[in-house]
Parts: sequence; structure tokens; C-alpha cells
Amino acid sequence: MNVLPPIAMLAELTHRCPLACPYCSNPTELQAAQDELDTETWADVFRQAADIGVLQLHLSGGEPASRRDIVELTAAARAAGLYTNLITSGIGLTPRRLDALEAAGLDHIQLSLQGTNADLADWIGGYKGGFERKMQVAHAIRERGIPLTLNAVMHRHNLDDLERTIEMAVELGARRLEVACVQFHGWATINRVQLMPTREQTEDAKRIVAEAEARLRGVLAFDFVPPDYYSDFPKACMGGWGSAGLNVTPNGTVLPCHAAETIPHLTFENVRHRTLSEIWYDGDAFNAYRGTDWLPETCQTCDRMEIDFGGCRCQALALVGDAGATDPVCRKSPQHFIVRDIVEAAASEDASDFVYRGKELERLGRRCQSKQA
Amino acid sequence: MTLALAADDRPYLPRGVRVVEDRVRGGKVLLAPEKAIALDAIGVAILSRVTGTASLAEIVADLAATYDAPEAQILEDVQRFMMGLRARMFLGVRP
Ligand code: SF4
Ligand code: SF4
Repeated sequence: MNVLPPIAMLAELTHRCPLACPYCSNPTELQAAQDELDTETWADVFRQAADIGVLQLHLSGGEPASRRDIVELTAAARAAGLYTNLITSGIGLTPRRLDALEAAGLDHIQLSLQGTNADLADWIGGYKGGFERKMQVAHAIRERGIPLTLNAVMHRHNLDDLERTIEMAVELGARRLEVACVQFHGWATINRVQLMPTREQTEDAKRIVAEAEARLRGVLAFDFVPPDYYSDFPKACMGGWGSAGLNVTPNGTVLPCHAAETIPHLTFENVRHRTLSEIWYDGDAFNAYRGTDWLPETCQTCDRMEIDFGGCRCQALALVGDAGATDPVCRKSPQHFIVRDIVEAAASEDASDFVYRGKELERLGRRCQSKQA
Repeated sequence: MTLALAADDRPYLPRGVRVVEDRVRGGKVLLAPEKAIALDAIGVAILSRVTGTASLAEIVADLAATYDAPEAQILEDVQRFMMGLRARMFLGVRP
């Protein structure tokens, strides 16, 4: 198979984060600070990434600003020739640190937005005072003219504020707004009932985004990730498994996608033992679902195969129990009824007690199991 | 707001958008927030003339002279290319 060079790398610098969003895409087993790669190793990984064709680097976490060396890491990424994007909650970005990041050559900031006001945002993020600090950071970013994307993670509890979210993006001087409806990976799986939007919310969101896009042409660009449970076809996972991007976890494990570790039969390699190039081209986990040969009959006979590559592997595993199955979001999937049932069940339940990231997992683990049984 | 540029508008690449050499795949690539776009020869020819001081009319005239092509056709190509970038906020415009 002709494997192309990767374009983007997500560096999960740390799993530490002052917030505790109930939809965090980090794994439910968070890595500890002492296992994190050190500055020099990350710098080397950035150089290796650039050498094999990576152009875009996303410095993420957890909260990347929780790393004391975030400025050095940014400088190292720029020195390697990478476009550097900081994906942050804003907490920990003091004006002094923003100045230092600017001087280090940071290209762009993606700031998360949990909600449009302090009550809502601090409840969702599980961090009191977080919203106010985030707004201060947003203003400091604007003052400096650092290109800004606002990443609004949307779900049942904040989708009704979508219009206000869009207004805020304009007020804060963002060039781009990501209306990212929660994807059910990581902690979001545990909070699925609490987070699942209604069909009505989903339809409203589509309309509101389309109207705003037309109204704000040339002012604000939109990226809209609709809730895939209500779609007819699955999302195209990163243009195909192992085709465009890779993800490095805090301890140096290299993944084809941030949720890949949930697939139990895959083994993952680490930058401490092998080069990034070897892992990308020869790693078993990367080759497991590359291309389309492995896809089941349902997809092999479908004209969308080269568009969505059968959808999300992690979702197929989570819902069907087989990472090699057609994503059950697809209406052609023989297991599509699973998604339909989940959506229906969520509509009839009214749960608003989140399980926050990093907290209470044990108690919930039990609850989840008893629910599924 | 219309995305089309007027003849004396002066386009520029805003902060956070730049053209670089792609040393692994070859050619040039436009890097922007969370996006990398491989440029074809026409894209490179257009963007190398986007200086922040040259107007749309000047850019089109220059391209027409360099490639010995009718201005109307060049204008159409340049306009389409620039509107695409503007919609993504990858291109700024000064009057
Ligand atoms: S989603 Fe929330 S908890 Fe997870 S890393 Fe981002 S800010 Fe932190
Ligand atoms: S059948 Fe497979 S290829 Fe076709 S739309 Fe569904 S997931 Fe995509």
C-alpha cells in the first residue's frame, strides 16, 4: 500500500488540566505527570515529525499550559519548521506567558469555550472562576493580535445558546468558530445520556450555523461538527486511518487517533523506543485499518467508501464491539439500531449530573455496567 | 458582506497565514490556522504577488503580462482563488 506522509500531529503534552470537562477526549485512564516526556524528547519528536512531512502541530493536553516548559516547547516546534497551534482552556496563560509564547513564534491559539456565561461554563468545566479567567485571556489574546479560533464544544446543555456563542466569537475577535458537537469518546462516553443533544437541537443548530455563515461571511469562518448520532452517514475519520495525522500521548505513545487505545487488540509503540518514521510507516496499529481492504461487505459495495472509509473505528468498537465493523452511525450498518436506541433512550431520560473528568470514575464504572446489563 | 475584491483593494496574508516550502512533498504550501493547502503553480503565482501594497488590478495586470493571457480570464481565476481564501479568513484586504 502506498502510505503518504502525515500532515498533522497532535501532541498531548500532558493529561493534567485544571478543568474537568465531562466530555474530555482524554482517556478515562489519565497518565501521571512523572510519566510525561521531557522537553528535549518532545523537541526531538517535533524535529522527527517535520522530517517525515508533518506541517501542522497541535500542542494540546490536558491543558498544555500546565507544562512549565510550554514556551520552550513552542520555540522548539517553530525551530523545527512546524506551524504551531496551542489548544487551550486559557487557564494558566498569564499576560507574561502570552508575551513569551508570542516571542517563541506561536502561530495560533484555539481557545475552548464551555459555555457563554460563568454559571454554565464553570458548571460544565467543573472549575469555579474558570469562565472569568478565560475571558481575560481571550482579551489578552485579542490585544496582541494572535490569531484566534474559538472552539465551542456543544451538547444538550449549551446548544440552546448557540446564537450567543456566535456573537461572542465575533466580540472576542476570533477569526474562526468551531461549533463542535460532542463526539462520544473518552469521558463523553460515560456522560452520553447527559450530553446527547435532542434531534430538535440538532436541526436548530444546523439552521443557525448556516444562517450565521451567510451573515458573517468575511468576518468569521465556521467549522461545524454536527452530532453524528443523528447523521445518515458517519464522519470521515481524519481522511482515513493512518492517512493524515498522528497523536502522541504524554508518555510518548504514538496513536493513529486519540481514542485508539480503546481498541484492545492493537499494540502501540513509543517514541522512546522507535523513530516516528518507523512507527508511522511500519507500526502495526497504523497499518491495522489503513486503506479500505479490511472494510466489511456493507462498505465494500458502497459508493461512499472513499469518502468516509467506513467511519470511526473507535465508535465501531465502543458500540458494536468490533473495531473492524461499519460505524453503526451509518444507516446502512446492520447494527444501526444500536445508535437509534441510544438516541431514543437519551431523549426519554433527563440526566444532568455529570461525571467530571478525573473524578468519581469508580462509582460511575459500576453504574454504567449495571445500566448496560 | 461580499467576498469579491474591488480593483483597488490590496490583499494581504494576515498574521498566522504564510507560504512555505514543503521540503518532504516538494512544492509550496499555504499554512493557516489548522489547515495546510498545497499550492499549484497558479496559486504560487498569485500569492507571490500578494504583498499588501499591490492592488487586485496590479496583480492581475502583472499576471496577464507574465503569462501572456487575457486580463478578463486572469481576473476571474484570481478573484475565485482570493474569495475562497477570504471565506476561510486566510486573506485580508485593505482598501
Ligand atoms: S476538555 Fe476540558 S478537561 Fe479535557 S483537557 Fe480540555 S479543558 Fe481540560
Ligand atoms: S456503508 Fe460504509 S462506506 Fe457506506 S456510508 Fe456507511 S460507513 Fe460509509
